[in-house]
Amino acid sequence: MSTISIKEPSVVIREKRLGTINAFTGSASQIVEKSAKGELHDCKRKFSQCLGCNQQQAFCQLAMIRDAVVINHAPIGCSGEFADFNFTYRIEQTKRNLPAALGRYYSTNILEKDTVFGAAKKLEETIRLAYEREHPNAIFVTTSCASGIIGEDIEAVVEAASKELGIPVATCNCEGFRSKIWTTGFDAAYHTVLRGIVKPAEKKTNKVNIINFWGSHVFDDIVRRFGYEPQYIIPFSTVEELSHVSEAAASIHICPSLSTYMGAGLNQLHGVPEVLVPPAYGVAGTDRWLRAFGKLVGKEEIAEEIIKEGHEKYLPEIEKLKERFKGKRAYVTAGAAHGQALITLLGELGMEVVGAAVFHHDPVYDSGDDKLDILGQAVKNYGDVPDYRVCNKQACELVNALNRIKPDLILARHGGMTLWGAKFGIPSLLIGDEQFGIGYKGALNYARRIDDALDSIEFIKNYSKHASNPYTKWWFEQDPGYFQGDGSGRGCARGNGGI
Amino acid sequence: MSGAIEQPRFTCALGSCQSVVAIKKGVPILHSGPGCGVQVERIIGQGEGYAGGSTMPCTNSEEADVVFGGEKKLRNVIENSFKVIDGDLYVVITGCTAAITGDDVASVVGEFQLDDKPIVYVEEGGFKSNNYVSHSRLVNAIIDQYVDKFNEDREVIEGLVNVFANIPYQDPYWNGNLEQLKRILTGIGLKVNILFGNESEGVSEWKSIPQAQFNLFVGSWAGLDIVKHLKRKYGTPYLHFPYTPIGAKETSKFLREVAKFGGLDEKKVEAYIDREEKKFYSHIDKMASFMLEFRYGIPRRFYSLADASYSLGFSKFLLNELGIIPGIQFIVDDIPEKYQESVLDEFSRISDLQRRDVQVVFDPDAGLDQKKLLEDAKDYENKRILILGSSWDKHIADELHGDLLIVSVPVQHRLVMNCGYLGYEGGLRAIEDIYDRVLATYR
Repeated sequence: MSTISIKEPSVVIREKRLGTINAFTGSASQIVEKSAKGELHDCKRKFSQCLGCNQQQAFCQLAMIRDAVVINHAPIGCSGEFADFNFTYRIEQTKRNLPAALGRYYSTNILEKDTVFGAAKKLEETIRLAYEREHPNAIFVTTSCASGIIGEDIEAVVEAASKELGIPVATCNCEGFRSKIWTTGFDAAYHTVLRGIVKPAEKKTNKVNIINFWGSHVFDDIVRRFGYEPQYIIPFSTVEELSHVSEAAASIHICPSLSTYMGAGLNQLHGVPEVLVPPAYGVAGTDRWLRAFGKLVGKEEIAEEIIKEGHEKYLPEIEKLKERFKGKRAYVTAGAAHGQALITLLGELGMEVVGAAVFHHDPVYDSGDDKLDILGQAVKNYGDVPDYRVCNKQACELVNALNRIKPDLILARHGGMTLWGAKFGIPSLLIGDEQFGIGYKGALNYARRIDDALDSIEFIKNYSKHASNPYTKWWFEQDPGYFQGDGSGRGCARGNGGI
Repeated sequence: MSGAIEQPRFTCALGSCQSVVAIKKGVPILHSGPGCGVQVERIIGQGEGYAGGSTMPCTNSEEADVVFGGEKKLRNVIENSFKVIDGDLYVVITGCTAAITGDDVASVVGEFQLDDKPIVYVEEGGFKSNNYVSHSRLVNAIIDQYVDKFNEDREVIEGLVNVFANIPYQDPYWNGNLEQLKRILTGIGLKVNILFGNESEGVSEWKSIPQAQFNLFVGSWAGLDIVKHLKRKYGTPYLHFPYTPIGAKETSKFLREVAKFGGLDEKKVEAYIDREEKKFYSHIDKMASFMLEFRYGIPRRFYSLADASYSLGFSKFLLNELGIIPGIQFIVDDIPEKYQESVLDEFSRISDLQRRDVQVVFDPDAGLDQKKLLEDAKDYENKRILILGSSWDKHIADELHGDLLIVSVPVQHRLVMNCGYLGYEGGLRAIEDIYDRVLATYR
């Protein structure tokens, strides 16, 4: 278990807190075993392609807090994502019947002269300017490689600004180079919220925190059935709502890769218990999750009711669709916990998961509880995944693996990766809504979408005939993990070595 | 301008990696932090292209590289990029981390250049400039470090012209515009090195850059450094046409200037212009009654939040071909002060018939520009307004019940393939797109 401390302005990076790695070649059962034994070590690569960084993950959490402003203390390039998140923000407002509002994002626009003479003053000015334009209830300052290397005392600037303006102004230290694991950016955002916004509980409420992105509100019926009120945090929260999340009765993870730090933070600092079993994916997974939630809130009989109803309502159609998936070989590429959840779903639907390229691997989560091990449960329930690689979103590793394995279906969960299935003529599916697959209905949702994807092969086959491929013949002759680790060419099988 | 920016509409110096993606089989290699490529792609990218986006090699700097330097890592990534990615030209671009820590990129890339590998480097650092400026630095680096190797005093080819225009991907319609440019320039009898996009032959075309009879720069300022550089280096004269020509009037003017500069056969050129104008105006003839008679309101006034090339080009086009009057023009491309006067001068000559005072604001802080626009629009509540802007402007267009034509990044509200607004055909396309947006608002 890691101890969450909000004394320091910066979060402890994930590789130090959790021993997170981003390279591995082997099977799912091997990585599960090595995680449990603490035998995983990270290794480097001799070739790499563009990743994402901490700052993007931090921004993704902070950018849709409805009455806050985010200031990116960086050169203008680090704000490339502003418009993208604004687009998402506005579409999701419509879904939630919220009035149209623009994302309130500023770049301090660090220039060369600022790297020499300092950029602190510019930050001060930008904070004031943003406050005058927007009158927000909080301002978050995200840092960048440039501001990090200049190394000014940003903490002093925000503290002074907070006093001057009378609202929380908080830094989120998320320099791109700080952590090799981009999901550290989530932790950085939560650290900022825990440190700068969340207040000690004055009372306890019947709210349940659902720590999520901006997915659909699938927990409404379930949580209310138990007599609790769902509270989806952090995108679309207000600053005031966030200040009271410490008062909730429990926290739910939709993806522990995302929310491990927030869940453990609320638990350790404010006594909000977490539901510590894998998220409710697949029938067996949903049964287990409902029982765990029922137990946590002391209403196990309600869990049994929901399980019974869910089985009756959804299982017959799932069973019917399963027939059509028999013998189909599937491949998964996604972030860690969500990828493992997709493996679970595919297993539930009777498909053989022949391989997975997952972006990183957390051997343990902040709660320290091994009951949250999604992959371990998936292997136990549905069998091993023979080619399980931690690929750090390296497209070349995925492309190479796909070329060898040639699955019947690819389930992806990240832009830029789905494309490669289609290029090989393989039906590929990306579902953006993280909550789409949760619960019994979620399993059916996925079954239907997979059925559609397998059916509409005309486009995929036609496109694959004309798709460009920048990879060389030489590359396809190497092992997918060729660049991982010690240079053996066979990948970082033991999860150690390094150059 | 050097202050804070709300609603950015360009990216940092590293954005020039997209110019490499725009060269056939060009492979950018970033020596930068892990998130830089994604940031560039998110604001100006249009899919991955050949080797952009997640395919783009990158050293993904980490803490140790910042402390101890990242040269060894860069060497590994370059060496293996040649093995893994099949490219014709590789360009190393450095980000903030490498720039501040001071990696000797020249010597690392130099090792590969000595081996005669097709590789070039540009030392940037995101904070050094923006992609309007860095595009020229990138092109000049390719010329100096690669193209020049093939320049063994070969002779000038009569009628060959190198074309530099709007910046690939920063101009969302770059590909379509370049296709149009090549079409019309070929039409008047030139042989065209278009260099980027579908109509280019790729790297082989770049090799003949020193042999051009002249260079052509079509745009307000971002790219001028390329033709100036080529003049110094190879003595090639250049013509600068200072905005994007849209529609018949401006395109004909543009072609006549090019023809005169290149000493082309006037009769042939005029015959081509005549043919193209007849086609163009036959369509205007068809739609003129709609423009004059439509009773439910079409835009009569427009604002731009765009770069100088588009703002000028569209102002001339909308005023002269469609009768839509320019309101405040917000130029958001961070245009250096030294070029602002010439843009104002061009605006002062926007009409042949009368003096028009077009209000021009140079400010990349588009959040502030929008506030000024909303304030100004209050005086025109009875007029239907057209906004030329980006996806950032959707909400003000909605608020004003105006029509938005996206001519700038970021572009989230439309899909761009081969659309271009440059030239005769581009002008027609612009008319279709503007009134398509207008008419689609009626039930």
